[in-house]
Amino acid sequence: MMKKRWLNLGFQLSALVLALGFTTLILLATKTDPWQAYKYIIIGSISSLRKFTDVLVSFVPLLLVSSGLLVTFSAGLWNIGVEGQITLGAIATTWVLRLLQDSSLAPGLIIALAMLAGMLGGALWASLAGALKTYGGVNEIFGGLGLNFVATALTLWLIFGPWKRPGIGSMSGTEPFPNTLWLPMISGFRLSLWGLGLGVFFIILIYFLMKGTYFGLRIKAVGKNLKAAYLLGVPTTRYLMLAFILGGALAGLTGAIQVTAVYHRLIPSISSGYGFLGLLVAMLVNFQAIWVAPIALFFAALNIGSIQLPIVLKLDSTLSGVLQGVLVLFVLLMDGVRQMITRRSGGAS
Amino acid sequence: MTNEAILLGLAGVLTTAAPLIFAVVGETISERGGVINLSINGTVLLTAMGGFAVSVSTGSLLWGFVAGMVIGALVALIVAFGSVTLKQNQVAIGFVLALVCRDLAYFIGNPYMGLEGLRLPSLDIPLLGDIPIIGTLFFNHDLMTYLSYLIIPAAWVWIFRTRPGLVLQGIGEKPAAAFVRGSNVRRLRYLYTVLGGAIIGLSGPIYSLSVKAGWKGTISGLDGLGWIALAITIFGGWNPIRAALGVYLFAFLQWLGLVLQPSLPGVPSQVLQVAPFPLMIMTLLLVNIGNTEWVTRTLAVLPAPLRRFFNRLLRAMRASPPAALGTPFESE
Repeated sequence: MMKKRWLNLGFQLSALVLALGFTTLILLATKTDPWQAYKYIIIGSISSLRKFTDVLVSFVPLLLVSSGLLVTFSAGLWNIGVEGQITLGAIATTWVLRLLQDSSLAPGLIIALAMLAGMLGGALWASLAGALKTYGGVNEIFGGLGLNFVATALTLWLIFGPWKRPGIGSMSGTEPFPNTLWLPMISGFRLSLWGLGLGVFFIILIYFLMKGTYFGLRIKAVGKNLKAAYLLGVPTTRYLMLAFILGGALAGLTGAIQVTAVYHRLIPSISSGYGFLGLLVAMLVNFQAIWVAPIALFFAALNIGSIQLPIVLKLDSTLSGVLQGVLVLFVLLMDGVRQMITRRSGGAS
Repeated sequence: MTNEAILLGLAGVLTTAAPLIFAVVGETISERGGVINLSINGTVLLTAMGGFAVSVSTGSLLWGFVAGMVIGALVALIVAFGSVTLKQNQVAIGFVLALVCRDLAYFIGNPYMGLEGLRLPSLDIPLLGDIPIIGTLFFNHDLMTYLSYLIIPAAWVWIFRTRPGLVLQGIGEKPAAAFVRGSNVRRLRYLYTVLGGAIIGLSGPIYSLSVKAGWKGTISGLDGLGWIALAITIFGGWNPIRAALGVYLFAFLQWLGLVLQPSLPGVPSQVLQVAPFPLMIMTLLLVNIGNTEWVTRTLAVLPAPLRRFFNRLLRAMRASPPAALGTPFESE
């Protein structure tokens, strides 16, 4: 048992080495000094308190969306519609903020209502993909993809149409909300402790939900073997829908955070790719909730660190995306190699 | 709008559809063999960038297209290695590759952004091109558009009318039976995945060397096209001709959206641009709903004539994937 664990760790470490090796080759091929690139990524993410809080600003949405995706993943679902769910969360939040911003309600209450609306918006959008899957037989990958495009178009339409800025609508988004409607920030920084608190709260909640409850057990049963779960009396349709709704609600909250704590308005690319990045995190942690936070933090550091690249080295900041993706790819491939070796050695060990 | 403008517009639809035709036919071939290549969205971007960069560096259009095919084949090779040899989840490998290839395209393509490059020349076909209306519509395009007409029937004939095509269907439907009959399932899956990848790899260079000539990084407007191609493959029911019709319908709707824009001032352009997607979801729903259990159950209690009618309707639209799609094959 102990030996197996060390073997796993060895394969994962070798995946990390291979991923770094591949990225280094790409850097060399583009005639860049790899050490310079890596150095600036590290400097750009942890060299100062300000930069580290920026990493946390990127960590919060990634953590939230990944914890939601952990649920859909456990149910065996490829929730690629997550980008659209983030977007709809942001739209619903913006809608409620606009609706109530001139009312006499306390700002704190307005923010809370808006964020609840965001969760609801994400959950509704996810349940659309869920209904298409469970009642219409439409694979969630394609239903979700289609809905992603619709969500993006909806955002653009709102920004250039009904919610456009006074004068003319622009890609910079809707009119920013007054700072009474912002989630409170640490003064001098972009980080909101409320946002961070919510992220930490929900990953802990999901951890216990998946590990210690009947609900989590049944979700996992549905994901492992749908037919067997059904025959054993698990109402599979209901649990698939619940997984979609829970994942969608957390994606919606991610969108709500982006509106209330980061951009303070609706912008065209409000999801900022966190949905797809979250899918990578969920794949990498392989259903283990305990790893979501560290991996998400690592990915967020890469995101923020790579912002330095265009400024200092005239490189594109997508290098972080390459490194993140290649890392997941090699982990998947090395896991395959490991399984093949264990099969070869004949199950005797 | 004059008749001539409409004619030119419709001719343009055939050109803009060409890259998607290659992507959809390539994916259909790969999936017929049982392997989903989910990386298309990244492959299109990476081959568009790669094809453009190579043609700029070598001054040759041909090498640009060759580069696209090689890149597409290599990405597909990773999908095949991960799924056929290592038996990992095809969706996982493909999805990660879709993201990696996209980011690689933006990263490596950075120095090539906005450069002046070559452009595939228009190639009027003598005689045929002079026929009124039909000539303008079909025969005043570039070489790749003509090839896109040809690859549709070619793929159809290969899959449905030849012996190797029958084997291809077999390894996607019942790999065990194909194996017993002496087919090397693993080798053939490799072959068709890589072949499909090479065909998909042509779509990127068609964009960057013809339809949307040049490389403009994130604003190239190519991100998302691969996902559309995937959806149309399903809509096409793994049949190249039906899939091609889906592509033309999609390209036509997008053109219609642009054309109708000025006459519908109340409807923002974004809504018309996105109109194909709800339509796509609806068609996927119609294609698949006949396969669901509750529909079967509901139909069973309907009076006989009504049931016959619905059954016929659903059967006409239904498309079922190759039975072994997405599953690894174990010979032992």
